[in-house]
Amino acid sequence: MISTGASGMISGWYLQIVNLLAALLLLISFAMLAQRRVAGLISLFAWQGAALAVSTAIVAVFTAQWHLLYSVALTLLLKVMIIPWFFYRLVRKLGMSRDVEPLLNHSLTMLTGIVLVIFAFNLALPISQMAGTVMRSTLGIAMACVLLSFLMMITRTKALPQVIGFMAMENGIFFAATSATYGMPLVVELGVALDVLVGVFVLGIFFFQIRETFESMDLRQMEKRKEH
Amino acid sequence: MLLYGLLGVPLVGALLLLVWGHRRLAAEMNVLFSFITLLFAVALAVRVMRAGPMEFDGGWFFMDAFNVFLVGLTALVGFTTALFSRPYMRIECAHGRLTMVRLRLYHASYQVFIAAMLLALTTNNMGILWVSMEGATLATVLLVSLYRTPAALEAAWKYFILCGVGIAQALFGTVLLYFAAEKVLGAGGNALLWTHLNAVKAHLEPTVLQLAFVFLLVGYGTKVGLVPLHSWLPDAHAEGPTPISAVLSGLLLNVALYAILRNKVLVDGALGTQLAGHLMMGFGLLSVVVASFLIRQQSDVKRMFAYSSIEHMGMMTFAFGMGGAVAVFAGLLHMTVHALTKSAIFFTVGHATQKAGTQLMSGIRGLMGINPGLGWGLMLGTMSILGVPPFGVFTSEFLIVTTAMHEHGWATPFLLVALGVAFAAIFGQVQAMVFAETSLPRLPHQPAMTPVFLHLVLVLVLGIAMPDWLAVWYRQAAHLLGA
Repeated sequence: MISTGASGMISGWYLQIVNLLAALLLLISFAMLAQRRVAGLISLFAWQGAALAVSTAIVAVFTAQWHLLYSVALTLLLKVMIIPWFFYRLVRKLGMSRDVEPLLNHSLTMLTGIVLVIFAFNLALPISQMAGTVMRSTLGIAMACVLLSFLMMITRTKALPQVIGFMAMENGIFFAATSATYGMPLVVELGVALDVLVGVFVLGIFFFQIRETFESMDLRQMEKRKEH
Repeated sequence: MLLYGLLGVPLVGALLLLVWGHRRLAAEMNVLFSFITLLFAVALAVRVMRAGPMEFDGGWFFMDAFNVFLVGLTALVGFTTALFSRPYMRIECAHGRLTMVRLRLYHASYQVFIAAMLLALTTNNMGILWVSMEGATLATVLLVSLYRTPAALEAAWKYFILCGVGIAQALFGTVLLYFAAEKVLGAGGNALLWTHLNAVKAHLEPTVLQLAFVFLLVGYGTKVGLVPLHSWLPDAHAEGPTPISAVLSGLLLNVALYAILRNKVLVDGALGTQLAGHLMMGFGLLSVVVASFLIRQQSDVKRMFAYSSIEHMGMMTFAFGMGGAVAVFAGLLHMTVHALTKSAIFFTVGHATQKAGTQLMSGIRGLMGINPGLGWGLMLGTMSILGVPPFGVFTSEFLIVTTAMHEHGWATPFLLVALGVAFAAIFGQVQAMVFAETSLPRLPHQPAMTPVFLHLVLVLVLGIAMPDWLAVWYRQAAHLLGA
């Protein structure tokens, strides 16, 4: 995990922190896979955003990539504060049931997760060798986060956990962008943030529509409709 | 200036309609804004045709033969669909399926959707291309669920989540593209500008671009509706209001394919191999075959034509994958004629379902008897989309199939069988809908037949006597795509 070689001359302690945060990110991704409560899932998502923001901020300061600070601010504002708050509100207002109900059983999901992590590290290896950034070794973790969030999306039956999985995937992609290239150009990051914000807004409206029609947020209810 | 007009008019229209969209003249305003957008698009096209490729605003926007023709097509179909949606939505309101408040949302989102697609086509920045593709999706999610029926909500949810996941893959692909570009062009906004990337494409790291293209193809391919990523498409087309089915099928799928093609040019340059082309041929052929067999099983008319869209998008993807001057020319022509024909079909199908009060094909009978215009529109549109000569679809499909015979003989039987199956399935159904006996009631408002016949005449002209300037234009675009 610890990066060596070209970055060896840079004082290593802040890299240790970044690597620690990256490990934390992976841990949170696994915790999200295991989480059975919606409320727990939302707070894990907020923590994931926080870990992402802190690690990006450290990289920004120590490598003097000041434009990354905008992305830190966006992450803090959107993914740590606004979106989790909005989700909590939705859960309370819509009175959603608090259990997540995964499709696969627990241990099988976890095992699949481990396989995905190994796959992600293999996939990232040739690319991270090419990257010139100090935190290139975390690229594997970023890819693993993307794949784990994807796994979470497809093994959940309810609307909100699926969306949280989707947002966590976006976190993973941003972490990958920071690890490989110190983030995307600013206009693109702003545009993506705008899309996320609009997406969450659309989703809010949409949840109320689903609620009015189905009286539950369980997507299996939609499936059942077909059988009638 | 023209470009700002093109992008600004629909945005201003969206804002105004957000305030005004439920009043009496909202539908007319929607038509007016779409018409002004079309005027700007035509003016821009004339300018680009005269002066050649040009950059705007310090390289942020870029126009060449390839995207300016899609801009023109998007603005044209956007305008005719607005024309169609005026009586269509009025009838929906009269039938009590919609309230005025929802019409406001509909009109505003329609303009945002057009603006997002035009931005995706004109931007030079591959990141902004991604942002506007996602924007176009978000603008239409609430339109798919406009009727608030359980089926519509399910369709919208599928559309939101599946396209969301797909587009996230494309974002990852874009990150990888930036990663490769940054090494050559340096960090910052310029490294994602397509013109800059195109200039240095031979120096981009091949391994990274290879991986990037897989993600980009899967991501944008979800929006194109390529099998096996297509499952959102029939639902979204069947459950949303028909004008939205027409623009999704005719325009959004094209814009997503455009995004893939822009990336393919870069990847081809970097790899120097046929990998991207082969991937596209595989996905394309699979889509053609699977979709044409699924067409047979449909009982809902809008779903049937949605599967037909998957088939045709597969056909184009296959053509672009083959590469070479003729195949790319045919692919571009097919993009045009498919957009025009399929939206015309959705216009007639929309009115036919309103008349019958159902989307089930068994309930729609004898259109020719009660409304000859509608009957002829559907019959001619169907013949056109099935590739009956002399319509333009025949020309493009003929070119694609003959090129496949020359260069990839193994693929030809698959294509021919698929085309035959689709022909038999669709023609059989449509014949009964048009000619059988019926006792369906009249519609409360006059159906909009002008856009239908306008589109069909254009497709006919493209099939019989394509104007020289257009052929030159397609050839230029094909050249830009590396043919």
